[in-house]
Amino acid sequence: MLRIKRVPTVVSNYQKDEAEEGARRVGGCGRNCLNKCCIQGAKLPLYAFKRVNQTQSEKDVLGHDTKEPPVAFLDSLLLGEWEDRMQRGLFRYDVTACETKVIPGECGFIAQLNEGRHLKKRPTEFRVDKVLQPFDGNKFNFTKVGQEEVLFQFEASEDGEVQFHPNAPVDVENSPSVVAINVSPIEYGHVLLIPRILECLPQRIDRDSFSFALYMAAEAGNPYFRVGYNSLGAFATINHLHFQAYYLAVPFPIEKAPTNKITTLAGGVKISELLNYPVRGLVFEGGNALQDLSNTVSDACICLQDNNIPYNVLISDCGKRVFLLPQCYAEKQALGEVSAELLDTQVNPAVWEISGHMVLKRKKDFEEASEENAWRLLAVVSLSEERFQEVNAFIFEAITCGDNANADISESLHGEADADAQPQSRKVDAITTSSGPAMVPGTHECLVLLYSQGTREHSSHDVEERAPSTAKEFKRVAEEKLRELKKGMANQTSEKVYDGVEEATIGDSNVDSIENRFKKQEEGADYRKRGENE
Amino acid sequence: MDSQPSLIEQSFNNRYSSWVRDALDDLPDNFTITDPSISGHPIVFASRGFLKMSGYSREEVIGRNGRVFQGPRTNRRSVMEIREAIREERTIEVNLLNYKKDGTPFWLLFRMSPVFCKEDGKVTHFVAVQVPLVSKKHRRNNGVSFSEDAGSGLREIVFGSCRREVCSDSLLDLDRVLALDSDNRGLEIEESCEASDLEKQRAAIASNNVLSVLIHYSESTGRAVCGKRCSLPGTGFISSSLHISLGRIKQSFVLTDPHLPDMPIVYASDAFLKLTGYDKHEVLGHNCRFLNGVDTDAATLNQITESIRTERACTVRILNYRKDKSSFWNFLHMSPIRNASGKIAYFVSVQVEEGSKNQDRHGLSLEMWQLSAVGAIKVALRSLSMCAGPSKS
Repeated sequence: MLRIKRVPTVVSNYQKDEAEEGARRVGGCGRNCLNKCCIQGAKLPLYAFKRVNQTQSEKDVLGHDTKEPPVAFLDSLLLGEWEDRMQRGLFRYDVTACETKVIPGECGFIAQLNEGRHLKKRPTEFRVDKVLQPFDGNKFNFTKVGQEEVLFQFEASEDGEVQFHPNAPVDVENSPSVVAINVSPIEYGHVLLIPRILECLPQRIDRDSFSFALYMAAEAGNPYFRVGYNSLGAFATINHLHFQAYYLAVPFPIEKAPTNKITTLAGGVKISELLNYPVRGLVFEGGNALQDLSNTVSDACICLQDNNIPYNVLISDCGKRVFLLPQCYAEKQALGEVSAELLDTQVNPAVWEISGHMVLKRKKDFEEASEENAWRLLAVVSLSEERFQEVNAFIFEAITCGDNANADISESLHGEADADAQPQSRKVDAITTSSGPAMVPGTHECLVLLYSQGTREHSSHDVEERAPSTAKEFKRVAEEKLRELKKGMANQTSEKVYDGVEEATIGDSNVDSIENRFKKQEEGADYRKRGENE
Repeated sequence: MDSQPSLIEQSFNNRYSSWVRDALDDLPDNFTITDPSISGHPIVFASRGFLKMSGYSREEVIGRNGRVFQGPRTNRRSVMEIREAIREERTIEVNLLNYKKDGTPFWLLFRMSPVFCKEDGKVTHFVAVQVPLVSKKHRRNNGVSFSEDAGSGLREIVFGSCRREVCSDSLLDLDRVLALDSDNRGLEIEESCEASDLEKQRAAIASNNVLSVLIHYSESTGRAVCGKRCSLPGTGFISSSLHISLGRIKQSFVLTDPHLPDMPIVYASDAFLKLTGYDKHEVLGHNCRFLNGVDTDAATLNQITESIRTERACTVRILNYRKDKSSFWNFLHMSPIRNASGKIAYFVSVQVEEGSKNQDRHGLSLEMWQLSAVGAIKVALRSLSMCAGPSKS
């Protein structure tokens, strides 16, 4: 079982350390929460959005006679309610008093110095090798937040018109979705969108909840209000389905990164691959209707979580572009493969960090923040090229199941991959070595597999000299793994992996760097202890 | 809002005299000129060539934001690049897919440059030159990678869509047709289009020509402009991008700068000017006290002063006076606004006239409505002060 230790972010004022929580619960609630004890008779503002299709709304802009689009209403509601909570002092700190800057360089990474976000909480262990875990009512979840932390209810309008009720009763039977503040905001307007909160869904994307998040971005109508998602194993700390969102009127580096189109699906959704960005990922945009985009992305997410691949999602540009980033940082961290230098910064690469917005805890890191440092951190987050292509193959298989129009997808996928194989953009290749062809639940097999890439065939004798006791084992596992892959996957995919294995063996530096890291890990066996980060 | 047409007239005439329009009309190029200081960053001038190319009439274009020409296939990243260039007040050149009035998409080379006020270094306008791009497929008919067939396919779309437009009643219908036909080969407009050096040159020359005309006419009014920032904006400077962000906020509010002597107003929203009856130049640079009068409660004023001293938000009900001396009860909310370094840069005061009916609030309480303006201002200011400086190059 892979675990990391980190200080969980306090997202609610009711989120105490578990022990404390247990002791208090005996006395009953009395804190006006969202649970059965308090929810009866509660009233919260209710915003009901109109389900429209995207192309229509585009045309509204062209066809309508308004001089300019008015500030979207959800935007005002959210900002107003949030500012109200701020003036009521519900946040742990004033985020607008945290210094922030754009780091000079091509990408324009954004750094924020936030010394207050991570105080007052003990590090907790998180299991990072299971993307799907059952909901656990004993742990903190959003039904435990106080009603004053909830800004409004958010739902699809029944009559197809936008509606707002300043004081609507909470309809428990109707499983309301709510927007609540994050009391440790990383930017102004930081909120949590919790779909069907009372159903206590685990952190897991389904079509409905994803379309909810997409609608929220679209309804806010502000390109700088972005919605994000972290899966378990990709730095979500609470296993209760939620999305996050906040305002930052600066383009994110990930939004500026060039892309290379892979394909357009029948529903009009265009899928591209990020280029010249430290984290490999897919970009989804377009679609004849918002629902097309929503379904495609959620199918891709479902595929990733079903395959136990941790990932992050960024919904940007009013819901018009979605970035999907499978990642392996937590896995590497748990395996002791992340350098002490990176761990010391205590930056957890969740969706915002991956998008290029870095929240730094130490003044030193803030002052020394450079594009190179940011890039180096994010490069560790990324899957290796071969693993990424393999994961893409899974995703494309999943999303084209219902999309028969795309017989040539895998071909174009591999074509593009080859085109991109030039080293043009990979600044820190040494660190981006693969995390292994499969994320294996339990044990330390991943590490073993990582070795296996460097040890197969050509250089196996080489390694035998260095580590005679384990080399045979590496080789065995690697071969076994390859057999499995060949059995279980489309032929071309396993060939891809095979190629990757061979490629990795050619560059001996890979073996070296892995070897070194391994040694380092043995020497300073405090890797896991050090993980006091959030 | 209703004063916008006159604002647009002013935006141009005051700086360049009314003759500038004729001179600009004599230029053959396709271009628009926008004013970032007017709410909504509207187009204040559109050339004949541009109108011909886009299919819109001048009345349909003036006062609107350039985004109306974008459509579903416009590359979102390019749009973001333009947004960023406006923010950073620099020139940008990007290939863009825009839509004509009849819904036809077409590729163009979009080159936008800021025009600066010589005296104070503020951006007065942006000039956006647009050179329609000849399809790569047409140009390189015999090229290895592009077949002649694809070229004629492109031509078909243009005519095809136009024909459809004739039979459909509304844009919405047309759109539905477009959406339904998305698998139609004829609609496969290219994913991307590269501008040739010639086209880039054309755009640069056109841009310079427009600028020369603007410079020439601005000299005649004594309010000279230039293509490069000549002087650095002084303190109390509100960048054009902040203007654009603030212009989106419809409430009545002013920003005051506590770092300047006597804490003058550095920004006043259109709604504020409408509420109080003053002109912009009559309030900018002045302390808010001109709103007070004989019956204004001194204790309330003290409360405001105290809040400023302790750097806290406050809400008061205060008797204020308009320019015409008539008084009104002002439900006033004041809050400090911090910049990206976390320091207080301004104080915002949001005014609501007591008893005023506001349908735009959609049922949002008056307090929430005011606070939403505060929130939007905080976001704008924090984000826009994050960059190194107003202009990079």
